[in-house]
Amino acid sequence: MKGLMAIFRRELRLAMRQSTDSAMVVAFFIIAVVLFAFGVGPEPNMLAKIGPGVIWVAALLAAMLSMDRLFQSDHDDGTLELLVLAPVALELTVCVKILVHWLTTGLPLIIAAPLLFVMMNVPTEIWPVMLYTLLLGTPVLSLIGSVGAALVLGARRGGVLLSLLVLPLLIPVLIFAVGAGDAVLFGQGAKANLLLLGGMFLASLALAPWATAQALREAVA
Amino acid sequence: MKMLHQFANPTRFLRLSTRVEPWALVVTVVCFALGLYYALFSSPVDYQQGHTVRIMYIHVPAAWMALFCYTAMAVSAAVALIWKHALADVAAKSTAPIGAVFTLLALVTGSLWGKPMWGTWWVWDARLTSMLVLFFLYLGYMALRDAFDDPARGARASSILVIVGFVNVPIIKFSVDWWNTLHQPSSVFRMGGPKIHPDMLVPLLLMAAAFQFYYFWLLLVRMRRELMAQRLRALRHRQAEH
Repeated sequence: MKGLMAIFRRELRLAMRQSTDSAMVVAFFIIAVVLFAFGVGPEPNMLAKIGPGVIWVAALLAAMLSMDRLFQSDHDDGTLELLVLAPVALELTVCVKILVHWLTTGLPLIIAAPLLFVMMNVPTEIWPVMLYTLLLGTPVLSLIGSVGAALVLGARRGGVLLSLLVLPLLIPVLIFAVGAGDAVLFGQGAKANLLLLGGMFLASLALAPWATAQALREAVA
Repeated sequence: MKMLHQFANPTRFLRLSTRVEPWALVVTVVCFALGLYYALFSSPVDYQQGHTVRIMYIHVPAAWMALFCYTAMAVSAAVALIWKHALADVAAKSTAPIGAVFTLLALVTGSLWGKPMWGTWWVWDARLTSMLVLFFLYLGYMALRDAFDDPARGARASSILVIVGFVNVPIIKFSVDWWNTLHQPSSVFRMGGPKIHPDMLVPLLLMAAAFQFYYFWLLLVRMRRELMAQRLRALRHRQAEH
């Protein structure tokens, strides 16, 4: 427990000292959404219709951009080997790193999202649901993304490769998250979608750290 | 299990595969000849689809094989990770491009069938879409495998990836179904036996067998080639050291 707290504090301190990284992820998120407005035109009804989907796709891409910093610098300077050898279970270390990653990238995305809801003319009645989907969905992005981030350590063009590996696996999250907003607009209620998203969160919380830890062991072996 | 471990010896495998290979090829050719004859000439024309229905005899077996190959890859990868059998890893590596091509074949024939039936080359139908995602999974596996300077590292990383992908395939399938469905429901594997007429079922099953044996034959050829390449690499290394 003490070891985990130490790792948590270390990760958080490192992330805080490089806080421009988090800011850049948020900036990318906003610019990507704004580009869509230029791409499809400023017609408010059109923007309202595609808004939730565009915001979610942009969140997905922004999360992918931030993924390589999860293990890359630790791999480069040798910290990763120490973390693998440490008496703390590697699976738990991975969980802590993912938690900090989410706190410094997922959470800022959620905080920035309402601004984009206004700009994309997203109907106010689905605002709370969209925030719930981001709250349940962005941790899944971090969890599944961590598996990819660990697998591409030491690979050529890791960043592009990471997107190719992870984005197909994240399609279900995208489908149910955007479906939740649509369900509210159709008057069906978003409960089913949110429960499924919650299920995905729990399943990836249970499984992803194992896969990530195994991939990390292979990376330093 | 013990028997499997015996077959995992590369030298024994090479000896056995050289003997099995010609037979596999013969069975493949016979199945294709019979299957294509029944599918193209001797099976009835569908009352709604006309001759277009014959695309199905390629399309459906290709789609089955696309899923079969991914399963085979996941099982081989698991065996390679758990028991460290080099042969299992060679099998996974050799299966990937074959599976990817089957997936592509299913997509292309589906699109050719869709043009006269649905009026467009591409619809965002649930099954087409999940096949497309499966194709991306194959590409990801092959890209990751090739991305490392150390082939052993690429082998282990891509083995983990294919297992993670295998857990995800049903979830992707289910979510895409939820997202959109236009495609007709499955008519062969269903409760209460196949709904398809025997005149069409026979060529379909023959073609499925042909595809299966073709995969088996190609797998043996590719695995043998891969093992030879590995030996060659090892020899070159030894030569370079002296």
